Amino acid sequence: MSILINKDSKILVQGITGKSGLFHTQQCRAYGSQIVAGVTPGKGGIHIEGIPVFNTVAEAVQYTGATISMIFVPPPGAADAILESCEAGLELAVCITEGIPVRDMVIARAVQAQSKTRLVGPNCPGIITPGQCKLGIMPGYIHTPGKVGVVSRSGTLTYEAVKQLTDIGLGQSTCVGIGGDPIIGMKYIDVLKMFNEDPGTEAVFMIGEIGGGAEEEAAYWIKENMKKPVAAFIAGSTAPPGKRMGHAGAIITGGKGKAQDKIRTLQECGVTVSTSPTRMGEAMAEALKK
Amino acid sequence: MNIHEYQAKEILSTYGIPVPRNRVALTADQVERAAKMMGGHCVVKAQIYAGGRGKAGGVKLVHHPEQASDVAKELFGKRLVTKQTGPEGLKVRRILVEESVEIAREFYLSITLDRETSRYCLIASAEGGMDIEEVAQKAPDKIHVLTIDPFTGLRTYQARKIALALGLSGAVCEDCVDLILNTYKCCLEKDCSLIEINPLVVTRAGWLLAMDAKISFDDNAVYRHREYPDMMDYSQLDPLEITAGKYDLAYIKLTGNIGCMVNGAGLAMATLDVLKEFGGEPANFLDVGGGATREKVAEAFKIILQDCDVKAVFVNIFGGIMRCDVIAQGIIEAANEVHCPLPIVVRMDGSNVEDGKKLLLESGLNVQIGDNLGDGAQKIVAMLAKA
Repeated sequence: MSILINKDSKILVQGITGKSGLFHTQQCRAYGSQIVAGVTPGKGGIHIEGIPVFNTVAEAVQYTGATISMIFVPPPGAADAILESCEAGLELAVCITEGIPVRDMVIARAVQAQSKTRLVGPNCPGIITPGQCKLGIMPGYIHTPGKVGVVSRSGTLTYEAVKQLTDIGLGQSTCVGIGGDPIIGMKYIDVLKMFNEDPGTEAVFMIGEIGGGAEEEAAYWIKENMKKPVAAFIAGSTAPPGKRMGHAGAIITGGKGKAQDKIRTLQECGVTVSTSPTRMGEAMAEALKK
Repeated sequence: MNIHEYQAKEILSTYGIPVPRNRVALTADQVERAAKMMGGHCVVKAQIYAGGRGKAGGVKLVHHPEQASDVAKELFGKRLVTKQTGPEGLKVRRILVEESVEIAREFYLSITLDRETSRYCLIASAEGGMDIEEVAQKAPDKIHVLTIDPFTGLRTYQARKIALALGLSGAVCEDCVDLILNTYKCCLEKDCSLIEINPLVVTRAGWLLAMDAKISFDDNAVYRHREYPDMMDYSQLDPLEITAGKYDLAYIKLTGNIGCMVNGAGLAMATLDVLKEFGGEPANFLDVGGGATREKVAEAFKIILQDCDVKAVFVNIFGGIMRCDVIAQGIIEAANEVHCPLPIVVRMDGSNVEDGKKLLLESGLNVQIGDNLGDGAQKIVAMLAKA
């Protein structure tokens, strides 16, 4: 079992004819994902790598039965792409695009929240259910099927964590990169809820970073509701205050968002926290023994 | 992206928001002339990309033009250290000369993004002039927050509720309603991530005025506003941060001596953490982007080596589907171009990783390979100790 995606997921790619859209479509397909359609306005009717391209998401859904979208549309049109996938009634839209203006995302998120479509991202690596379906830009080979759910705000740090899990023999049920932007669709808690209900997930590894209060929010939820062991790592313990560390969210302001506070809160809520990024896998193993 | 107070006030005034009469000056002579125009009594304000200027001596009330000139001579070229700048401070290159006003009451007003609700929110308080974080701690009941529905926008009655909550009444209350609505309009049209008016004052004569203003633009939306890049004051940024920005690299100068190059912000932060754990001191944060390319890696390497504090370099690239041999070539080219004699440790993961390692080891550079994150960090700290 898994969450959000599996071997039967039928995927369409918005922005399939772009450079990274096409490259990652090929990578996902090579992993075994079912990419059934592409959408690029103005290029409807052609086939790319044998995949039919449509002008609109609605058309792609009508002809191929796709229920999930992977979005590679460049920033100026990305919010529009999210809105279009919501209107077409998709189950899930995963937006990889980095750099979408906040004002556009405020509207897109508000519309999406009222639709039946779940949103993951933007500015995220995507989702992978190892051995079944890869929907994003992560390297498939570091993953291995198993029972640990992974949820993270980061991209490459998630790969590091997954590699450590795989290296010590802990496979993954599903790994979800929720994205590093200030406005995102699914948050930690939304993903944790699904892992909690998923019979294929026995434990969860959570990766956070400095800035904001999302990790604390998740910690309190875990304390009240989580039936499975959780381990975590928070990046940025040594970051100086007032400096924005890459992600829009990763900044310590007014004494808020410090790694130490997040770590303490997580520990108080029963989460096993790895104090070093070199021991993320071990922390998960330790939590599983408890 | 940040701008100066005088630029923020210029923008706000185009939205009908009243600001004090002012002039921007680049020389002490200009400051003196501007002070004369204001009638001698005026406020001299250093323009830097940080708050807390008042307490750091960057804002002074003067009573005649010569005094204004004296203050200006002292401020120009000085590195002003406030609680927001860090110990190195920021250089004063521009000064705002502003009419002094008799203040009856002070308020706080801002519009920013609320991450929890994914909406813009308006924050107002009758405790103007103070740090809003301080008010939030000491007197949270004095802060009024309004989350703005993106479908309806900010409505007049909502703005009035805020103005009334601030204790305003009559004509000045209606002025405040307009001011709030216009601030929101400005926030949307100019793609601001923050507009902060602190203090917003009512003068003795009963007029509203934005006495101080701060605007930050949403970096992701700069492409929609052709005028923004020209508004940047590069003197307020670290020169290496400017170069990095040109290549779309996120670079932040830190105080240590180990230059770091990592792909991805989260992994870059974790790399700094692990270096410290093994007793190393990072010289910088540098994120070459999740999908590091050969060109970016090469540019990043050159930027790191321009920092004289750097005595060793740690490269941590989790390439994934990026080819490690290509990344390795980028590192070798850049290192040879700048004749880098420093010890380097490269930790790479991804496709063709063995080819990449071989290229590096045969390159003639002073390089070692880190087998994993911890091993890499330990090796660079050890190489630095021996160097």
